[in-house]
Amino acid sequence: MSSPHVLTPGNSVSTIMLLVLAALLPAIAVYYFFFGPGILISLALASITALVAEAAMLQLRNYPVKPFLTDGSAVLTAWLLALSIPPLAPWWLIVVGTAFAIVVAKHLYGGLGNNLFNPAMVGFAVLMISFPATMTQWPAPLLLSQHPVGFSEALQYTFSGTLQGVKLDAVTMATPLDTLKTQLNLQHTVGEVKHMPVFGVFGGKGGEVVAAMYLLGGLFLLQRRIITWHTPVSFLATLALVAALFNGIDPSRYASPMFHLFTGGAMLGAFFIATDYVTSPTTPLGKLIFGTGVGFLEYVIRVFGGYPDGIAFSILIMNATVPLIDAYTQPRVFGHDSGTKP
Amino acid sequence: MKTLHKFHGGVHPPEHKTESSRLPIAAAPLPQRLIVPLRQHIGNPATAIVKVGDPVLKGQMIAAADGFISAAVHAPTSGTVSAIELHAVPHPSSLPDLCISIESDGEERWTERWPLDYQTAGPDAVRALLRDAGIVGLGGAVFPTWVKLNPGSQKIKTLVLNGAECEPWITSDDLLMRERAAEIVAGIKIMAHLMQPEQVLIGIEDNKPEAIEAMQSACQGTSFKVVTVPVLYPSGGERQLIKLLTGKEVPSGRRPINIGVTCSNTGTAYTVHRAVNHGEAVISRIVTITGNVAKPQNFEALIGTPLGELVQLAGGARPDTSHYIMGGPMMGFDLNHLDAPLTKAINCVIAASPALFPPKPAAMPCIRCTQCAQSCPCNLQPQELFWFSHSKNFDKARAYNLSDCIECGCCDYVCPSHIPLVSYFRYAKSEIAAQDREKMAAERARQRFEFKQMREEREKAEKAARMAEKAAAAAAAKAAAAASGVEDPVAAAKQAAIQAAVERARARKAEAAAQAATTATENPTES
Repeated sequence: MSSPHVLTPGNSVSTIMLLVLAALLPAIAVYYFFFGPGILISLALASITALVAEAAMLQLRNYPVKPFLTDGSAVLTAWLLALSIPPLAPWWLIVVGTAFAIVVAKHLYGGLGNNLFNPAMVGFAVLMISFPATMTQWPAPLLLSQHPVGFSEALQYTFSGTLQGVKLDAVTMATPLDTLKTQLNLQHTVGEVKHMPVFGVFGGKGGEVVAAMYLLGGLFLLQRRIITWHTPVSFLATLALVAALFNGIDPSRYASPMFHLFTGGAMLGAFFIATDYVTSPTTPLGKLIFGTGVGFLEYVIRVFGGYPDGIAFSILIMNATVPLIDAYTQPRVFGHDSGTKP
Repeated sequence: MKTLHKFHGGVHPPEHKTESSRLPIAAAPLPQRLIVPLRQHIGNPATAIVKVGDPVLKGQMIAAADGFISAAVHAPTSGTVSAIELHAVPHPSSLPDLCISIESDGEERWTERWPLDYQTAGPDAVRALLRDAGIVGLGGAVFPTWVKLNPGSQKIKTLVLNGAECEPWITSDDLLMRERAAEIVAGIKIMAHLMQPEQVLIGIEDNKPEAIEAMQSACQGTSFKVVTVPVLYPSGGERQLIKLLTGKEVPSGRRPINIGVTCSNTGTAYTVHRAVNHGEAVISRIVTITGNVAKPQNFEALIGTPLGELVQLAGGARPDTSHYIMGGPMMGFDLNHLDAPLTKAINCVIAASPALFPPKPAAMPCIRCTQCAQSCPCNLQPQELFWFSHSKNFDKARAYNLSDCIECGCCDYVCPSHIPLVSYFRYAKSEIAAQDREKMAAERARQRFEFKQMREEREKAEKAARMAEKAAAAAAAKAAAAASGVEDPVAAAKQAAIQAAVERARARKAEAAAQAATTATENPTES
């Protein structure tokens, strides 16, 4: 046995993954409260799909199944994807997205630790591009819904695609970001739009509370040193600053920074997705650059791009630049004047 | 006085100090047999100056320093040399080394001791005494102290004394500082006299309040300052401690003396005092026996005491002991032979059990969490070094400053994938060293080949020159002969000789014919 002879007690990949999953629980609870049981079904189905896909790939690649299956990384990918897509989704949407994420984005790129692109975001991007209609069918918050969907109805919809005696339109509603984009295109101002029922105090009704819970979970992860402050702070600060800039220029066409921070995938992205170890930079300066890039692209795609929310694409674009960022941001080593030059 | 500076990273392993620091230093009884290795220091091993059967006295030199970087070795007690042979020694390789075995006669008779008044004797005399007393750094690196305590032309700003003892479980420096602070300070005075520093700082971690107090009292009346450093592994690493106390970083690849700093262990200062003020060579040290033993504590034991005996003195190892660790849990190595002796480098033996030192789980792939980079006291990127070592990309490992790694183990300690990072770095370092050696050998071979080529060319050229000269001389002579009318002097000379011979022959023939004719005319009747 060689030195060191002791390791940090209780430290493992699965401990870290479990802590991240735990940090998501407050947000999931609030999500269920505001939007109904669909999210729980999505999470469960995605988790099962992820584990099955992971087990199959591990077998095919001749890896020991048990240690990798129990490390929790597949379940985390599944949850992040399920939280990014509409909660009332047909089963095939969940299964295709999760399977693609695990099989292609993770294992075909080398498995745990080796993938270049964030698997959950790859899954999301594939679904967004392949099934754009389904991906924009978000359920209305229960408070606003004409027909709040119960557990068995949600289950029925997921697996059969139909709701008993209710049309889908009665259940779904455009998201806050989607609403904003459409209404702005119809030449309404931000001020007018903000009074529509789908909006709450900062962002969307219900959605803003979920975002606040992601923030809480993120602060928990920071306190436990699971993530560092660099990526979340640079991402949120950039998003807020660019939003403030445009908002300052023309408040009737560009929403406020607080709106952008509390809608869509901003908070989830900042603390749980952009901080993914494997696909983000390893140097402190690198993380700042990465976060800034994601924040900037997120705003650009949201406001000037074709999609209501850009978190997945901004992260995927920045993922591609990570090896370059790492090479050019090596920190100064003890006893040297500077870091390693590429 | 608190320190103001910090170093990057560091970890907080559970300290386990109180197990062995509750009891005072106990004197270990005289062993029956002492096995003294000749190699207890960096540099050349000492060469034996006694033979089997020789009687020896306590403190007598039994092996002399060999070369500049070397130190002498002395008999820990009086007795007879029973063997000079290979014996198990504490070393990660588990290989045996040459040792002088001494059977003790139980009388503990001292050899003649020659203390020195260091203030009147010149610094060279003091250093010579340190060399001949076998003084080496007792912090673990065992570098010969007389070489270190030579400022040369360098102005020394700070003399640092390392009383940090940052590894868990080890308390030997702690107890020495508590009980023998005055003697340590006496040793520091001698070191300060040799180095003439502008300031003397003694760094002690704040988990040793009694030691801090004892050293502060002992330093009263001197200008030496005791500085408390926060508990953080590896604050006792030489470069890290220098950064903590002075704010300066020793440049990579250079030594502390290059920035006007010298760092020594407090235990070394103690031995310097015993050698200079009492004339005693290094023949004993304080060692912590702790872990899965019945009575963990510190012993003052003779160098050469079989370690198994010390474990017995500490109450013996409990039945579930699985192995023994030399040194601390972060940088120590496995002891494979309990009959290996105590050497100058050993400050601790930990009896390990599965409960105290759980087996390490299997390694998972690296997930780039950068906990290792966040904890590295040298601010390296261990995950990058891991990727490069793993894929045998040694050029990149070199570029990413693998040689600056002090193998402290912080990265291993925090890795959630339980990757044995330090082992990979040791592997890569030895591969790089082997590559460098091969390259040097190839370079030398190339130089010799090129020189041989050049030499052959030169000889060829010289020969050609000689031939040309000869040809030129012949041509010159020919030209001279042609100028004086003779076509080919050699041939002409030959022709002349032939002609002369022909003439001589004709002349003789003519003479013979003439002789015959005269005889015929004088004798006509006979026909």
